[in-house]
Amino acid sequence: MVVSTQSKRFAALELDCGVTLAPVDVAYQTYGTLNADRSNAILVMHAFSGDAHAAGIDEQTQQKGWWDSMIGPGRGFDTDQYFVICSNVLGGCRGTTGPGSINPATGEIFAMTFPVITIGDMVRLQAKLIESLGIEKLLSVAGGSMGGMQVLEWAARYPDRVASAIPIATTPRHSAQQIAFNEVGRQAITADPDWSDGNYYGGKLPGRGLAVARMVGHITYMSDESMRQKFGRRQREDQGIFEVESYLRYRGSQFVDRFDANSYLYITKAMDLFDLAAGQQSLTAVLERSKTKFLVISFTSDWLYPSYQSQEVVSALRRRNQDVAYIELTSKYGHDAFLVEVEEQSEIVKGFLVRVTKGVNRR
Amino acid sequence: MTPASNNDPFVRDLLGRGDYAIFSEIVAPQTCVLDLGCGDGELLSWLADNKDVDVRGVEMDGAKVQKAIAKGVSCYQGDIEECLADYPDQAFDYVILSQTLQEVRQPLQVLNDMLRVGRRALVAFPNFGHWRVRLAHLFTGRAPKTTRFPHDWFDSPNIHFFTIDDFEILAAREEWHIEKRVFLDGNREVKMMPNLLAETAVYLVRRHR
Repeated sequence: MVVSTQSKRFAALELDCGVTLAPVDVAYQTYGTLNADRSNAILVMHAFSGDAHAAGIDEQTQQKGWWDSMIGPGRGFDTDQYFVICSNVLGGCRGTTGPGSINPATGEIFAMTFPVITIGDMVRLQAKLIESLGIEKLLSVAGGSMGGMQVLEWAARYPDRVASAIPIATTPRHSAQQIAFNEVGRQAITADPDWSDGNYYGGKLPGRGLAVARMVGHITYMSDESMRQKFGRRQREDQGIFEVESYLRYRGSQFVDRFDANSYLYITKAMDLFDLAAGQQSLTAVLERSKTKFLVISFTSDWLYPSYQSQEVVSALRRRNQDVAYIELTSKYGHDAFLVEVEEQSEIVKGFLVRVTKGVNRR
Repeated sequence: MTPASNNDPFVRDLLGRGDYAIFSEIVAPQTCVLDLGCGDGELLSWLADNKDVDVRGVEMDGAKVQKAIAKGVSCYQGDIEECLADYPDQAFDYVILSQTLQEVRQPLQVLNDMLRVGRRALVAFPNFGHWRVRLAHLFTGRAPKTTRFPHDWFDSPNIHFFTIDDFEILAAREEWHIEKRVFLDGNREVKMMPNLLAETAVYLVRRHR
């Protein structure tokens, strides 16, 4: 399945911070076919460093999508049955408007003049995209990690527009620990002299800082066990360093080629600011109106987004007797599990979506 | 599948289980059911498909939860005793607890919670007063082991050994209203001396108004 990224431009997007971005571009991909009554659309949302290329082989890069194992014919999100959409988030650097975009008001790159964005802003932009595709109600919204935060935001803000929600390895709000790791990443970037207060476009990129930030990230995505198995204390004879060092350096440098340091700053901040229950009495109150069916998934070895955070969402839903299935899948892969544990996730996602589809067709 | 008429003392199986057959007859169509310890969700899946019941399950074992969700059952992975407190009052028409009451730490607490979150509780449990259990205990002088209770005492999931009479006494003390009781020996319905002759008891219980 060869896919290409498409783009839509919207006249304006009002942000939570009060600023209006005008215009706004969204990069997105779709897989499968929208049915006649437009009832089989699933919006999949990427994690922090992902992009719109969720599945198939990208026409330009020839790379597989980040959730290719889950999205495709006969897979968990079966593209023979469902129409799957994935867009790059607001603030991103893969085709959607972000700090690396030109500010139409000045003709210059936004850089650090880009307004503060939130998970809510990202979701409002996605809602515009979905509307423009002629879809009134999504069969499902799904995603892991930051994608899961967007899933929760969708369910809370647009309860009538999502028949089901699949938040995976995620949280209704970041803990101090999660904010702390993000802050280390941000400090690594801003401490790099090449960052130049964010005005590095066209010049030398803050590659060292961004690479260090990514290295920290990768540590948090793995588990003690998976690192021990993958690297142990093995050394690279040629370089005289541990394999884990070599791996992190490689991942770090690779990241510099595809990710914008300022997007890192803005998107991690959006994650840290996210609090599903903000301004409400409780999480239960936030999700009260929702008739959405939930499938919540967490993983045993995920210490970055530990199961208790998913369980908090589940408890809130159960307090109103809302329809929520929850499973803590056994995995040794840490937070990465949501990208890796394909077989188990496929099985339950399939069964869940069949039930949701039945419910939608009955009405 | 239905419990016996007067001339047919046998209940048929549902999914290989006599108690499931009785549950399936009791549960009214288009109701809302919570099954505590729902396993891989086969009973709930049957109720959803055949009686259009809105089903929810709770199960501790992750592999079973996975199967249940794959079947399209809304299943929650967790501990029965810890999760019940979350549900609002009278959220379900029936709360089912099948062959698990003898395994929970606080049976009375669980039963009271069931009657709080559900209008009715459907409870099936093994009767430790059955004559085979009594004989095994009497003649071996050891913790009884029968085909129905095959476990050694040291690796048995059963931590409470109670009988049909014990349950009746508790129900009277708590002033529960027993709407229906069915006793089974294998697949045969037991009408007389259930505490001695029945292996399994099924109760439909609600609170007095």
